[in-house]
Amino acid sequence: MKKKFKLQDLDCANCAAKMEDAIKKIAGVNDASVSFMMQKMTIDAEDDRFDAIMDQVVAACAKVEPDCKILR
Amino acid sequence: MTKNHKKMLVRIIVTFILFVVLMIFSHSGNYPWMSQFPGGFVLFLIPYLIIGYDIIWKAARNIRNGQVFDENFLMMIATFAAFGVGEYSEGLAVMLFYQVGELFQSYAVERSRNSIADMMNICPEYANIEEDGQLKQVDPDEVEPGAIIVIKPGERIPLDGVVTEGESMIDTAALTGESVPRRAVPGDEVISGCVNGSGTLKVQVTKMFEDSTVSKILELVENASSKKAKLENFITRFAKYYTPVVTIGAAILAVIPPLFLGGDWSDWIQRACIFLVISCPCALVISVPLGFFGGIGAASRIGVLVKGSNYLEAVAEMTTIVFDKTGTLTKGEFKVTDIIPAQGTKEELLHLAAFAEGYSTHPISNSIKEAYGRPVDMTKVEEAKEMAGHGISARVEGRLVLAGNSKLMEENGVAYTPVKSSGTVVYVAADGIFMGTIVISDTVKEGAKEAIREMKRVGVKKCVMLTGDRKEAAQAVADELGIDQVHAELLPGDKVDQVEKLLKEQPPKERLAFVGDGINDAPVLTRADVGIAMGSMGSDAAIEAADVVLMDDDVRKIASIVRISRRTLKIVKQNIVFALAVKAIVLLMGAFGAANMWEAVFADVGVSVIAILNSMRALKIK
Repeated sequence: MKKKFKLQDLDCANCAAKMEDAIKKIAGVNDASVSFMMQKMTIDAEDDRFDAIMDQVVAACAKVEPDCKILR
Repeated sequence: MTKNHKKMLVRIIVTFILFVVLMIFSHSGNYPWMSQFPGGFVLFLIPYLIIGYDIIWKAARNIRNGQVFDENFLMMIATFAAFGVGEYSEGLAVMLFYQVGELFQSYAVERSRNSIADMMNICPEYANIEEDGQLKQVDPDEVEPGAIIVIKPGERIPLDGVVTEGESMIDTAALTGESVPRRAVPGDEVISGCVNGSGTLKVQVTKMFEDSTVSKILELVENASSKKAKLENFITRFAKYYTPVVTIGAAILAVIPPLFLGGDWSDWIQRACIFLVISCPCALVISVPLGFFGGIGAASRIGVLVKGSNYLEAVAEMTTIVFDKTGTLTKGEFKVTDIIPAQGTKEELLHLAAFAEGYSTHPISNSIKEAYGRPVDMTKVEEAKEMAGHGISARVEGRLVLAGNSKLMEENGVAYTPVKSSGTVVYVAADGIFMGTIVISDTVKEGAKEAIREMKRVGVKKCVMLTGDRKEAAQAVADELGIDQVHAELLPGDKVDQVEKLLKEQPPKERLAFVGDGINDAPVLTRADVGIAMGSMGSDAAIEAADVVLMDDDVRKIASIVRISRRTLKIVKQNIVFALAVKAIVLLMGAFGAANMWEAVFADVGVSVIAILNSMRALKIK
């Protein structure tokens, strides 16, 4: 399943790249992209565990850039 | 400016005033304690904390999260070290100017993001539905296909549909860049995202909002930034190594010379700080995607959708363009272009042919009937027979009429005069007597010739045309347009093979594009390095399969898009070279003790700001 999320206060391009990297390493995530320009994140992950994976994604992003909020 | 920006600006102004006051006092010479410990330390620490508390806080938090090489941390270390070696004013100044640069950077990025968003501001907010004689505004999402919506003058068309009532001129500029409005009367299709002109329209919705043109386009543009160009990937990879390498360099610089070479600790620590300040690759990481984003924005402004920065990059390297003939270079509309009667008048010949073809729905029959221009009285036509690959025979007003190609004439023993022509030739005979010839051909699109000439001018080396048509017809079009190579009489499958063959002939650094109308050529569009499709305002198949979509089917835009992509790439490359060069020079100068903190801050945020400003030019390319 592919889903898009809006990001708030993502204000460093390098962090966006780091977040993308961190998310891609989470088990169950097929693909992910974080767009600094659009302030958007696209996650492609396994359907049945999507919510659990999303929790991990949020945690991973908070680690890289605690100011950035993912609007779910 | 956002709220955060304003807050930051206030902090910067307050700190700057304090900084100036402190500098005046400490340089007056009357207060020597101001540049010494502990007095100076405490005095300078106050403005330092005002301007830098968030950096220190973020640095501490990130270390806890295991993010060590982060710019906040590096700035903290650099300024702490400056304070540690007694350079209080420098420590404060570095932090202050770092924050000024960051603010400016964030503001510039937001500005360009907004200007792109404005340009793509084609998303309709509501749809009007008539209910008991009252107009009600509803979310376009809630409108089902089949419903009737009302579009008032000046409103944006919320959903794709067909006009059922009313007449108006429609402004399609937001989608196609075309400034001449398009007329819409009942029966015409209207596309979401366009703006209604002076008349009120009633439109029957044909698609759900999520399938409408406007949603498709917005999705495309939003996804465009996730398909990264080679240059972007290079920068991302580079950034991963750059920061750790420079930081390790700083550590070595701070420790080795004083320990083993007898250097002065404070001098070498200062040199190391310069390294730390320059260690963020921000200038590159922000300006490169921003440049590509701007280029894609500039393209969409002239009605060309580019699906990713990688395609923008490929377009810049495009040297061979392969065209599908029908629908791309020609209109795909068959028209009677010549009537050569052997007996009687042109009018009589056309009359016979139109009646004979009366029952047929073949495109050729349709164009003959269209040229005839009057209704065909079908009661006068009997025994109509369509013979595939030959033509038609029918009894018209009692006479046995044959209309078809040379085979039909020969098989029926008609003595006809062959006509050589680039178009499709229809011979007509009545009761075995040759009556004359009607020539039907496809018409070349306006601007097609100009488009090819422009493409050649911007550096396209080879234009190739593929078509299923007969050789003569194809060659005639090619000669008219100035096409270099023609492959005619191809079956749909052969087109892929031809493109494969051409791809093999391409030099490694050059790209091949295929231009088609999106109907039946999806495999070829995908196979080519760059698939360019005619969007014809909402043809789903084309938008789906192609990498670049020409929203108004105008092939002239291909040359413009090549120009835009070249300029964009040039800007991006300028930024990369400029940023790397400045950083390298200041790093070297820093290592040899020839640079100070000011130059380091310039190499970091100054370069970043200049690169961002340069990138924003990409948006303005015409």
